[in-house]
Amino acid sequence: MTNKPIAAAAVSLLALGLALGVTPAAAARMDATIGMQLEPPNLDPTGGAAAAIDEVVYANVFEGLTRFGADGSILPALAKSWEISDDGLTYTFMLNEGVKFHDGTDFDAEDVKFSLDRARADDSTNAQKALFADIASVDVVDPATVKVTLSKPNGSFLFNMAWGDAVIVAPESAADNAAKPVGTGPFKLNEWVKGDRVELGRYDGYWGTPVKLDKVTFKFISDPTAAFAAMMADDIDAYPTFPAPENLVQFESDPRFEVIIGSSEGETILAMNNKQAPLDNVKVRQAVAHAIDRQAIIDGAMFGYGTPIGTHFAPHNPAYVDLTAQSAYDPEKSKALLAEAGVSDLTLSLKLPPPSYARRGGEIIAAQLRDVGIETEITNVEWAQWLDDVFKAKNFDLTIVSHTEPMDIGIYGRDDYYFQYGDADFKAIMADLDKATDPAKRTELMQAAQKKIADDYVNGYLFQLARTGVSNAKLKGIWPNSPTQANDMTGVYWED
Amino acid sequence: MTAASPDRSFLRAALGHPAFVIGFALSLLFIALALVSFVWTPFDPTKLAIANKLKTPTFEHWFGTDHFGRDMFSMIMVGARVSIAVAFVAVGIGMLIGVPLGLYAAARRGSLVDEVIMRGNDLVFAFPSLLLAIMITAVFGPGAVNAIIAIGIFNVPVFARLARGAALSLWTRDFVLAARVAGKTRARISAEHILPNIANLLIVQGTIQFSLAILAEAALAYVGLGAQPPLPSWGRMLADAQTLISLAPHMALFPGFAIIITVLGLNLMGDGLRDLFDPKLRRGR
Repeated sequence: MTNKPIAAAAVSLLALGLALGVTPAAAARMDATIGMQLEPPNLDPTGGAAAAIDEVVYANVFEGLTRFGADGSILPALAKSWEISDDGLTYTFMLNEGVKFHDGTDFDAEDVKFSLDRARADDSTNAQKALFADIASVDVVDPATVKVTLSKPNGSFLFNMAWGDAVIVAPESAADNAAKPVGTGPFKLNEWVKGDRVELGRYDGYWGTPVKLDKVTFKFISDPTAAFAAMMADDIDAYPTFPAPENLVQFESDPRFEVIIGSSEGETILAMNNKQAPLDNVKVRQAVAHAIDRQAIIDGAMFGYGTPIGTHFAPHNPAYVDLTAQSAYDPEKSKALLAEAGVSDLTLSLKLPPPSYARRGGEIIAAQLRDVGIETEITNVEWAQWLDDVFKAKNFDLTIVSHTEPMDIGIYGRDDYYFQYGDADFKAIMADLDKATDPAKRTELMQAAQKKIADDYVNGYLFQLARTGVSNAKLKGIWPNSPTQANDMTGVYWED
Repeated sequence: MTAASPDRSFLRAALGHPAFVIGFALSLLFIALALVSFVWTPFDPTKLAIANKLKTPTFEHWFGTDHFGRDMFSMIMVGARVSIAVAFVAVGIGMLIGVPLGLYAAARRGSLVDEVIMRGNDLVFAFPSLLLAIMITAVFGPGAVNAIIAIGIFNVPVFARLARGAALSLWTRDFVLAARVAGKTRARISAEHILPNIANLLIVQGTIQFSLAILAEAALAYVGLGAQPPLPSWGRMLADAQTLISLAPHMALFPGFAIIITVLGLNLMGDGLRDLFDPKLRRGR
């Protein structure tokens, strides 16, 4: 019988395994490998707009005066507390003491002044200079106290200071941060292997709560199939924004993995060219809106992950109004509206950028529009083409895109924006909102803005992009939501 | 071989050539599928039924359904039509432009025109064909028509070279000399004496190019540069299946098999035709 030698071999292998590897594994692992879709172009969050930069360094390598918590709240970071003057113009930050940068230099109020002045300087390369626009002056009171004076009250100043673009850097190392980031965070850069991974190691001189991991590796795998294989092979431990929702079903059925479903800031819309006939007619736009079955798109393109929206606003925002009923799926009404508008034999161009929400969603929308008598001419385009042809040249009728910036309803007030709305009444609402400081008044105005664009059927509002991630079931502490672009590893640990 | 019935003897030889028979049958199967799709498909290949998505093959859906609940068999039928149409027109363009160019170059052997035509062909030939196709569709936009043009362009030098090479050897033959002595123009000689004698070669090459064009169309569609949705296309069906391969392998298997079988069939048929047209091999049998 051949069974015996095989059994013997199996037993000896098992014994070998016990002797070599199994016992040390009982101790918790101290390293984690995180998968990301895009590689950052550099590692300086104050000198680049790419989300991937913050996704590596935010909270891990660099810290600001304040920071975002997992739920989007504003928490103290390098500033342990602050006082705001009654007129809302002066912010006095009390800084943590004993903080050291990764190169051993001390952090103090001078570094704060340097960082903020550098970010708001005329020659600054900061990608979000608007965050610092209201700062009139930054003054050092003593090494642990800094006073920021604003030119006008700004209700979101502490929120602004939590952005990755507002982190504190040292004058000695700021110029080299793109390749050799030096911050105050709990992790420092070990190695950046371009095209493959960034390795961070624990910084032993960290001032705050020590982190539980020794080493964090960010590995860049853009192809969804390769990412799936890497997760399955345990080559990566977590992929916080997994690019292919269709694979989540398989992760869900596998006890080794945990699927993390959160919300993102991505309003996914069927953008319409509001100045292009016949889409300049609100009835035609309304007809398009009623022809869309949102649930079919969420099920078909996103495998069920996503929340239907009826306006350009994130459903998890307290000021959100659910207006989905106003543009509910109603093909008969859609046909009636087209007849009313006197439009027949309509053919519209539909340009689709690469993400699967657009490519798949586009095919579904094309089929739904065909059901009400609107033909579409689909063109699949790359991002560069999309930016040139759709975003800049406005050479399109319909396109699908997810607007991932937080609180970006203001784009509807821009005249030259690609969907070309720029309505005067809407702009008036936005102007009032900029001036308002009273929270109740602001909520009221934000809701008025949401209703206005829904009433005008500016775009087809599809769904809020879900943040779908997957992680090893034993790896805990990964953010489910993305209040900002970040993979905060400071609270991540392995469960025994 | 009797001179009285060359057709029948060709037919007998063809039926006795297994590679040709198999290749011809497989090619015919897909041409038939494509033709039938004009009048009948089991389901509307563009009709979405999201609730019915990713169904494995059943009696109702022979090849299962895709990620939008569309019937895969219907899509493959219409996809065959697209593949065959693109390949047929593209090879046709290649032949219509390439063969006259080659014949002309051969008739003017050694002249400046010959040099210009053939070096121009070398230039097109030097580009990797798929890269050229991607370039053309990137400039003029993706779509079935531009895919046809792109594939057609890189078929031109293939036929031009073949026609010139084959024609050159014929120009030295006695019957051509006789025609020249009789005062026929070079153009007439090319059309009346050269072309009929190289037709066999062109048909064999055409069959091979046809299978390559089907592959090229699938490759272009796979990278999103071929026929645009909702028109089904084998290459795009493969691209759609890529991320779903572990969840719904049938989505990749059926279009994959469709491409393999069609290309295999055309290649076998091309090989068989070459054997059948080759007088030396025929006499040997």
